[in-house]
Amino acid sequence: MLFNNLDQLYRSVIMDHYKKPRNKGELEGNHCVTVNMNNPSCGDKIQVSLEIEDNKVVNVKYLGSGCAISQSSASMMTEAIKGLEIDKIHQLTFDFSEMVQGREHNDDLDLGDAEALHGVSQYPARIKCATLAWKAVEKALREADKEKSRQ
Amino acid sequence: MDIQSIRQDFPILKQQVNGHNLVYLDNSATSQKPVSVIQTMVNYYETYNSNVHRGVHTLGTIATDRYEEAREKIRRFINASSEKEIIYTTGTTQSLNLIAYGYGLARLSEGDEIVITPMEHHANLIPWQQVAKKTGAVLRYFPMEADGTLDLAKVRKTITNQTKIVSVTEVSNVLGTVNPVKEIAKIAHEHGAIMVVDGAQSTPHMTVDVQDLDADFFAFSGHKMLGPTGIGILYGKQEFLEAMEPVETGGEMIDEVGFQSATWAELPWKLEAGTPHIAGAIGLGAAIDYLQSIGMDAIQHYEEQITAKAYDMLSEIEGVTLYGPSERSGLISFNIEGVHPHDVSTALDSEGIAVRAGHHCAQPLMSCLKCESTVRASFYFYNSEDEIEALAKGIKETKEFFGHVV
Repeated sequence: MLFNNLDQLYRSVIMDHYKKPRNKGELEGNHCVTVNMNNPSCGDKIQVSLEIEDNKVVNVKYLGSGCAISQSSASMMTEAIKGLEIDKIHQLTFDFSEMVQGREHNDDLDLGDAEALHGVSQYPARIKCATLAWKAVEKALREADKEKSRQ
Repeated sequence: MDIQSIRQDFPILKQQVNGHNLVYLDNSATSQKPVSVIQTMVNYYETYNSNVHRGVHTLGTIATDRYEEAREKIRRFINASSEKEIIYTTGTTQSLNLIAYGYGLARLSEGDEIVITPMEHHANLIPWQQVAKKTGAVLRYFPMEADGTLDLAKVRKTITNQTKIVSVTEVSNVLGTVNPVKEIAKIAHEHGAIMVVDGAQSTPHMTVDVQDLDADFFAFSGHKMLGPTGIGILYGKQEFLEAMEPVETGGEMIDEVGFQSATWAELPWKLEAGTPHIAGAIGLGAAIDYLQSIGMDAIQHYEEQITAKAYDMLSEIEGVTLYGPSERSGLISFNIEGVHPHDVSTALDSEGIAVRAGHHCAQPLMSCLKCESTVRASFYFYNSEDEIEALAKGIKETKEFFGHVV
């Protein structure tokens, strides 16, 4: 077996999300907000669309290009947050960020497949790849909040 | 060239990374430093650390002498006609910004043209974008051939009598293309334009003669040629440097200061405000000594050899795309089909092989290449043929690994 430790990072569930992305696309409509985020140091790009109703993210889609870590993380993120209340999503994004940085995190929260990205903590240069989509969600929620206060 | 004995001079190369011998192939980002450079800088801090051009005390005098001796070494290294033409900066980026803001800004007006290539590093692109915006000048590009080279006939057609500044990298940091800057300078001068050359990727690897090139300005960095970070050079023909207004003012660059106004010191100090990177300048001098002890022609010849070997080995691997011309300086940008450059880089790193992955500060070029990023392996004269083989093996294994896990 080549690259003994490498399969701890590139687990098969991660490569599966990379090759067969879930919830890829864009959402348009009254209750939708779309944001873009780049990782300027490496050129990864993510667009996240959220559809929010009654304080809940009822639908989520993403578009993007980049490495296996950033794109699989986006795909996993969409599955993890769909249908959740906004407060819960904030907890998850915080929890995910703590996990990939190798810090103690709340095991009670369900990150779904995204749990597989915990190996990223061993690769400090790749943490930004993993967190990009989750930061985009936070940005989208801030945008939605601003939008709401304008109305 | 005795590579094994040369490698002994570079302490950092003797280590293991992730359980493998370090194979350092990120030299276009920054080179490693020989003991002589490190020791020269330690010696400055340990024995004669003082400010330059100020105190009359003994250590200050030694520091000033060494600092100015380094300038003279640099002058000879690029064959400038006077040490007045050698300005210490923090690196190529600052040098190019000084040209854009200190020379270009005051001389460009609406309708004037600045012409660059699509393969410029952001450092030779954004300063011109900014100056164009401020002055109303137009930023234009030479067309680039599919193999990443420039066609001189097209260069000739692009430069017009409105062209005031032509700025071109001598070696592309992504493609390895060696641009015909001497010929381009000639065309620029025929139209009354000035010629700026970004020498960041050429100066470490080949003989540079600024008078032969007839460059009006030439910029390069110390850290890519065995020197420390934070030191670089702005070369300019004396008449152009004289005409420049200092972008930065303050200590050391003055002749006389009154309550309301000041006059400037002579060149080169006029353009060097504040306490400089003294250890850096002296370290760069030691780097030049080291390079010259091997010889720039020998370095260039050896690098051509290992680059050709790498090019041949990599182009034989199925599913690997190489970017840029076959004749090139010592670097290769490539992609493995279906594997993102960052993932390639992480895989190679786990084998101790350090390469760069990303857009290499050349986003417009990436759009020309129709990709978002590449992996780049860049060589220096201390890289061995074994290391080239390790790279080729690592790429094959990476391809296999990501082929399996899918």
